[in-house]
Amino acid sequence: MTSDTRVILICSGKGGVGKTTLTANLGISLASKGCPTAVLDADFGLRNLDLLLGLENRIVYTAQEVLEENCRLDQALVKHKQQPNLSLLPAGNPRMLEWLKPEDMQKIVEMLNDQFQYVLIDCPAGVEDGFKNAVSASKEAIIVTNPEVSAVRDADRVIGLLNTHGVKPVQLVLNRVRPKMMQSQEMLSIDDVTDILALPLLGLVLEDEQVIVSTNRGEPLTLVGSNSPAARCYSNIASRLQGEEVPLIDPAKEGSSLKDKFRRLMQTKIF
Amino acid sequence: MTLRDLINKLLGRQQASAATARERLQLVLAHDRTDLSPDLLDQMREEILNVVAKYVEIDVEEGAVSLETEDRMTALVANLPIKRTLSGEIKLKEPSPEVSSNQDPN
Ligand SMILES: Nc1ncnc2c1ncn2[C@@H]1O[C@H](COP(=O)(O)OP(=O)(O)O)[C@@H](O)[C@H]1O
Ligand SMILES: [Mg+2]
Repeated sequence: MTSDTRVILICSGKGGVGKTTLTANLGISLASKGCPTAVLDADFGLRNLDLLLGLENRIVYTAQEVLEENCRLDQALVKHKQQPNLSLLPAGNPRMLEWLKPEDMQKIVEMLNDQFQYVLIDCPAGVEDGFKNAVSASKEAIIVTNPEVSAVRDADRVIGLLNTHGVKPVQLVLNRVRPKMMQSQEMLSIDDVTDILALPLLGLVLEDEQVIVSTNRGEPLTLVGSNSPAARCYSNIASRLQGEEVPLIDPAKEGSSLKDKFRRLMQTKIF
Repeated sequence: MTLRDLINKLLGRQQASAATARERLQLVLAHDRTDLSPDLLDQMREEILNVVAKYVEIDVEEGAVSLETEDRMTALVANLPIKRTLSGEIKLKEPSPEVSSNQDPN
């Protein structure tokens, strides 16, 4: 596996747009398709990936002990019980931020390269040291954003930085899409966002209450084989990442009531 | 323009907010990407107008310098309507020679 390992940074600039949720769901989804996958929590300040995966009680060692050579990598990796193709490398103490360097992140990722086909890095928000460390260890990136002005603006900033660091390809995931608001043109459309950011769209994720339910339980939607809208979106994204061609869910076609049809009529371009 | 936009316009209503969001984003990103504040842009406009005015008489009121972006490329676009050259002959009545320089955002 070694050098064909895909090391993918999942980043956004703005916080709270859905990076950690995507990392967890994508990790489970890739693992269940048979790919050995590691998810690395690089958000040392505000770690959460363990919680979303339901692994918070199984952490013994973290990336910190691995770097300090106080344990072996395989002692720190937490293997998911229901999906053993997935392992989490937990973030260490927030105080790690004081000494962590880009070389440390590179060292961790190099170790993971030997065993895994995918390494997904859950990036911290912001564009400071935590982000720079994570970028330095990544080959490609997924930008997560929401159809909102602040999230798109911050994504643009991050795209510029990824370009200067030579990270590519960079693909876009548009999260928390609300079809009804898009239909009534009270939310930026898919095309608006992809045109403005000039990135290929890896996928969109619909706004879905089940995301919250699944985080409450520590069971990602893709783990429990849910058929909820967001679950389908996450699994499509995993397939596209592997090179399969899966058509995009068309938010304009979600909903078939008379009201939805009227909304679509109002959206027709007349000139 | 969509059907909704047309109806909103006919009724004198505000346009749907997605269009506003798009316009505001395009403007703010053009500035973010070049790191040019509106103030700096104004200063640059002034200086460009002064330089051009050495060679041709331009309509200072109409002259505009702005940033336009497409596909992560930002262009500085100056639209300076020329009244006449300084030697006296009327060169162009209608505005529109464009001076533009392209710049990669990175
Ligand atoms: N598609 C979605 N539908 C509904 N809620 C979502 C969706 N994606 C994310 N959320 C919620 O948004 C919040 C932030 O998500 P998170 O993944 O922690 O963001 P980040 O890691 O970017 O800070 C969480 O409460 C999460 O449950
Ligand atoms: Mg997070």
